[in-house]
Amino acid sequence: MNIVVCIKQVPDVSDVRINPETHTLIREGVPSIINPFDMYAIEEGIRLRERFGGKVTVLTMGPPQAEAALRDAVSMGADDAVLLSDRAFAGSDTLATSYTLSMAIRKFGSLDVVICGKQAIDGDTAQVGPEIAENLQWGFAAYVRKIEDIADGSIRLERLMDDGYDILNVRLPAVITVVKEINRPRLPSLKGKMQAKKMAIPVWTAEQIGADPERVGLKGSPTKVWKIFTPEFKRKGERIEGEPRAQVDRLISEIRRLGIV
Amino acid sequence: MALLVCKEKCTGCGVCAQTCPFDAIDIVNGTAVIKASCNLCGACIEVCEFEALQMEQIEAPVSDLSTYRGVWIFAEQRGGVLSSVAMELLNEGRKLADRLGVSLSAVLLGHEISAQASILVAHGADRVLFVDDPALKDFNDDAYTAVLADLIRKERPEIVLSGATAIGRSFIPKVAARLGTGLTADCTALDVDPGKRLLLQTRPAWGGNILATILCPSRRPQMATVRHKVFKRADQDERRKGEIERRGLNGISLDLKSQVIRTVEEIENTVNITEADIIVSGGRGVASKENFAVIEDLARALGGAVGASRGAVDAEWISYAHQVGQTGKTVCPKLYIACGISGAVQHLAGMQSSEVIVAVNKDPDAPIFKAATYGIVGDLFEIVPLMTRRLKEMLEGTK
Repeated sequence: MNIVVCIKQVPDVSDVRINPETHTLIREGVPSIINPFDMYAIEEGIRLRERFGGKVTVLTMGPPQAEAALRDAVSMGADDAVLLSDRAFAGSDTLATSYTLSMAIRKFGSLDVVICGKQAIDGDTAQVGPEIAENLQWGFAAYVRKIEDIADGSIRLERLMDDGYDILNVRLPAVITVVKEINRPRLPSLKGKMQAKKMAIPVWTAEQIGADPERVGLKGSPTKVWKIFTPEFKRKGERIEGEPRAQVDRLISEIRRLGIV
Repeated sequence: MALLVCKEKCTGCGVCAQTCPFDAIDIVNGTAVIKASCNLCGACIEVCEFEALQMEQIEAPVSDLSTYRGVWIFAEQRGGVLSSVAMELLNEGRKLADRLGVSLSAVLLGHEISAQASILVAHGADRVLFVDDPALKDFNDDAYTAVLADLIRKERPEIVLSGATAIGRSFIPKVAARLGTGLTADCTALDVDPGKRLLLQTRPAWGGNILATILCPSRRPQMATVRHKVFKRADQDERRKGEIERRGLNGISLDLKSQVIRTVEEIENTVNITEADIIVSGGRGVASKENFAVIEDLARALGGAVGASRGAVDAEWISYAHQVGQTGKTVCPKLYIACGISGAVQHLAGMQSSEVIVAVNKDPDAPIFKAATYGIVGDLFEIVPLMTRRLKEMLEGTK
């Protein structure tokens, strides 16, 4: 079982604060972490290797410092790591990112499964996983909450839907994106940490993966950010005081007045 | 497009470097220098008081883009029933189509569901493209991608909208990638520039801390998935006229790589939090699995769904399908009642666009109160059952 797990290094958005005067993000001191959903992807990759044998490689695209995320993944138990880093990748939207990742995935040669987290917490698009599958023309399943089995060239899994779940068979090779429900990521082991420390992580450039310069970075990105602003929440923020009975009745009359109930 | 620094205006004050969410600006020899990690978010432009930073102008659309005309919505169905987000898209799509002076089409994929096509007309579609085939009865990534991409290639709409549902967010990115066009995820506001015929797609990012407006200037169609419940449903009017074009697959290769073996609907109707108008959510304050009955009772009395914070899900008091927030679902109901939820940023990210937020919490300093429309400081085990009882009494009283 040859497995690639795509991960992203993201700023820990739970630490992001807004400057009340300028209404902009305060980034100073915000630590970089592995995108939380990708932790489940790494864990699932390792579990598949434990069940079926093989190798887990973690792949990320990002600036040179994204290497730290790869080392963290290796300390959890991934066997190998590759960093995709090139100035040419700057400004990539999801289409360019998925193209770049899929070119790198092709370079690995024979693979069975590519695992991504459901989405990244900075962009929240959930688009890169399905777009990788499309670029590779592989089978795909989003929102995977359980892998039942891998046999006879296909993977049987459960996909979380809005109103329940689907059980499906996907032909290999396949790309899947996983949700939190799938597992509990393990902590790094001491052995893993040692390995991560000494591992030489190759850096692949646009040229090395044979990427079309027109399809990476800004040039390859059809979507453009036009403006960014801070949301305004017009909430009255009213505290309802009084005895519980009075509080409850007041609240019910408010939501009735608003026509909700 | 690129971020440009005007060296004459830049004083090297460093405010932009501190503001940059991507750590992409260095101050070198008294001037801002943009690094490769720049994501063109524009946050620095707003804070620069010397107007030294500017975004290079967006290139004018290529002329051949003008051959793309019309607004499409993907009318999602599951089990032959149209999703409510389809009705919301018809309402918003109608406005965009009218502003652009073009027609509004709904794409319906399924099998033997002609009645649903008529419903789409009654809700504002000028035309329904109904592809009827047994292979499209249930959602399949490969089949839906193949058919929608084929229709778009042949008919060339300028805008394609879908709900940001599990189905929409699974296969719409594949359609966009197949067509080589841009896609904006989970939009909460849409507008058009009728002159440039550009779709202005606004969406939250960074856990809802910022909003970004995204354009797709030089490729067509412009595609977006749209969050549930942020737009009103279109009104139904049976007198509306529209064309229904029923088609077969006409030789489109579906290239099925996956197959749904079984679809399991959760029996409890309180689970589908993305479609719910009212959500009652419980957090750590609920304190046990058994105690969630209190939350469920109120949800039932209100005809709503049950949500939960990450804390409650991690403690295994309730299943993950109920989790609201950054690592769960994003919801946008008319009424969100947070019980015993402190209101961590990650939770707020998933529910702060709700219309009315009620917080019930013992701790008067809980951050949830800052996001709430109405706050009650008190014991949820007293307040919530009382509310359930009073609601029931009132409902009986009005009978």
